[in-house]
Amino acid sequence: MELLRFATAGSVDDGKSTLIGRLLYDSKQIFEDTLEALEHSTMLRGEEGMNLALLTDGLRAEREQGITIDVAYRYFATPRRKFIIADTPGHVQYTRNMVTGASTADLALILVDARKGIIEQSRRHAFLASLLGVPHLVLCVNKMDLVDYDQAVFERIKTEFRDFAAKLDVRDLQFVPMSALNGDNVVDRSANTPWYEGTSLLHHLEEVHIASDRNLIDCRFPVQYVIRPRDDKHHDYRGYAGQVASGSYKVGDDVVVLPSGFASRIASIDTADGPVEEAVPPMSVTIRLADDLDVSRGDMICRPNNQPNIAQDVDAMLCWFGERAALKPGGKYALKQTSKWTRALVKDLHYRLDVNTLHRNEDADSLSLNEIGRVTLRTTVPLFFDDYRRNRATGSFILVDEASNDTLAAGMIL
Amino acid sequence: MARGLTHDRKQTMHRLISHLDALESESIHLLREVAAEFERPVLLFSGGKDSVVMLHIAKKAFWPARLPFPVMHIDTGHNFPEVIEFRDSSVERLDVNLVVASVQASIDTGRVVEETGPRASRNRLQTTTLLDAVEQHGFDAVMGGARRDEEKARAKERFFSFRDEFGQWDPKNQRPEIWSLYNGRHRKGEHIRVFPLSNWTELDIWQYIADEEIELPSIYYAHRRNVFRRDSMLMAVTEFLRPGEGEEVFEATVRYRTVGDATCTAAVASTAASIADVIAEVAASRVTERGATRADDKFSEAAMEDRKREGYF
Repeated sequence: MELLRFATAGSVDDGKSTLIGRLLYDSKQIFEDTLEALEHSTMLRGEEGMNLALLTDGLRAEREQGITIDVAYRYFATPRRKFIIADTPGHVQYTRNMVTGASTADLALILVDARKGIIEQSRRHAFLASLLGVPHLVLCVNKMDLVDYDQAVFERIKTEFRDFAAKLDVRDLQFVPMSALNGDNVVDRSANTPWYEGTSLLHHLEEVHIASDRNLIDCRFPVQYVIRPRDDKHHDYRGYAGQVASGSYKVGDDVVVLPSGFASRIASIDTADGPVEEAVPPMSVTIRLADDLDVSRGDMICRPNNQPNIAQDVDAMLCWFGERAALKPGGKYALKQTSKWTRALVKDLHYRLDVNTLHRNEDADSLSLNEIGRVTLRTTVPLFFDDYRRNRATGSFILVDEASNDTLAAGMIL
Repeated sequence: MARGLTHDRKQTMHRLISHLDALESESIHLLREVAAEFERPVLLFSGGKDSVVMLHIAKKAFWPARLPFPVMHIDTGHNFPEVIEFRDSSVERLDVNLVVASVQASIDTGRVVEETGPRASRNRLQTTTLLDAVEQHGFDAVMGGARRDEEKARAKERFFSFRDEFGQWDPKNQRPEIWSLYNGRHRKGEHIRVFPLSNWTELDIWQYIADEEIELPSIYYAHRRNVFRRDSMLMAVTEFLRPGEGEEVFEATVRYRTVGDATCTAAVASTAASIADVIAEVAASRVTERGATRADDKFSEAAMEDRKREGYF
């Protein structure tokens, strides 16, 4: 059974909680005690029926204020796949939440209300999903029951969204007309939309092809940890542990270790279950080399004829999450990329991007909370990286405040 | 990882990775990040199924080397004997170092005061014992087997979760966690809780236990036991927990879905005697494991959140 991670975006008004509730309920992932507790707390709040939003609002402050503050993770499975939902709320901190949820997602669901069509928020969500390199996008046109399942409404929204998405980097875009409340096209295809020739949402989630979304070409293995047992049985054992970021590693492959540039050959690929012939993402393995080299955490094992960029100056799109201070040119931060920590200086802020209009403000001199812009950074040691579009694992980094240790920004290398 | 894959199957699978392989790889990556970035990590081990799975994966993450950190049991003193036996035999078999922090010792030294009354439990007292042990040993990373599917406050947890110098969790002010770039930086006296099993569900845990043939304490499987009904849950009669007035004792076939302090962990009526039976039961279950078995979560809507804020697991 394969694992699919998806992010959901949209506000409560779009019926997002209802949709998640339905997916969980129809796949029998909402349990009776959860339902009972839900009914009870809905009643205590003086509301009627069942407030499905309370399912995802796990914190006291969220229930008190009636808003979702933070990303919530939900799990369900069908016989075909296991799903992890990152439910990203749209009220406050929407950029931070959407970026967090989308960063590991294979697919993003964006909900729109059929009566309202594409609104500013829909465009913002689509842009963020594209910026974070989410390979598959599904626009759920919800509340079709309130527009009499009118095909013309659906087609109009579809055309409008497609025109906007053409400006973005979206590889796979699907549209589903639905009513989350009534269950139309959520789990099964609905008789109310005979003109719709696509599949139900759940069917799409089960079938969408994600295995080839992985980069199996560029071999990148960031060394995480060096395993040296130092006991009698494994006296000379020296293995480089890590998770394959991209590419396919085979026993016998010629490799080069960065930054030293020393060449060697893969002697074996070890796991606790025994050696394997080949390692691909996202496998966590231990690589042993034929030669005795000095390799440590933060180094990268690559192929001689396909190496990442190596540089101290990088251009990147930056999403700023710092609440106390804004990003300004001249700022210095701790930076983590793959398994390496270094320091970075912000040399230049080229522009700030308006996430609603995609307008570039080149006069901007800072990035505040939830703002996005293009920067040039200089690091204290060279980074081994690829364009984020080509490689999410080696093209991403975070910036951390050196005094407070807060995570301040997510960066995508251009 | 290549758990149980034969060479042939690997060829025909065209490099498809199963959900359990993906979850295991994610957990191994987290455990290795902890070993690489912290000076004094510790892994919490109670003998409960989640901590057994976590320890099993930790052993795999550093194979063939020994575990580069000790395991710690927060011992309430109110244990099921089968679980303590299992804890000790596991530590022996897996060749790991065990630290025991005792709630009884915290009571004896006056750090905490024992609750009284029929509903008295040492569950909440564990927090003080845990935080004292973290301070005493200078642990800077504490790995726990909590899962996001267990409870709604836990659904909001990070993999790397910051704790201040009082051990407190501030759920409204969590560090954003993007990609798998974990930020474990902290100042002296602060620490990070790490949850390598965050993305696993109860069913995943059981399927993995079956696949990997992991041994568990016997009380996870159906057995006969003297119980009584309290708050519509089945509580075992033990030396620490006696039935109150009007609570009738009877013998029943039960098993445990979670294993915690004997005074607040309930059994469920079950005839599931093997792993396969348990998987079938869990897959068909309509009640969450904490809802079915934990008296400690029944106090209020925010019981878990409140305990976690104070520094609970």
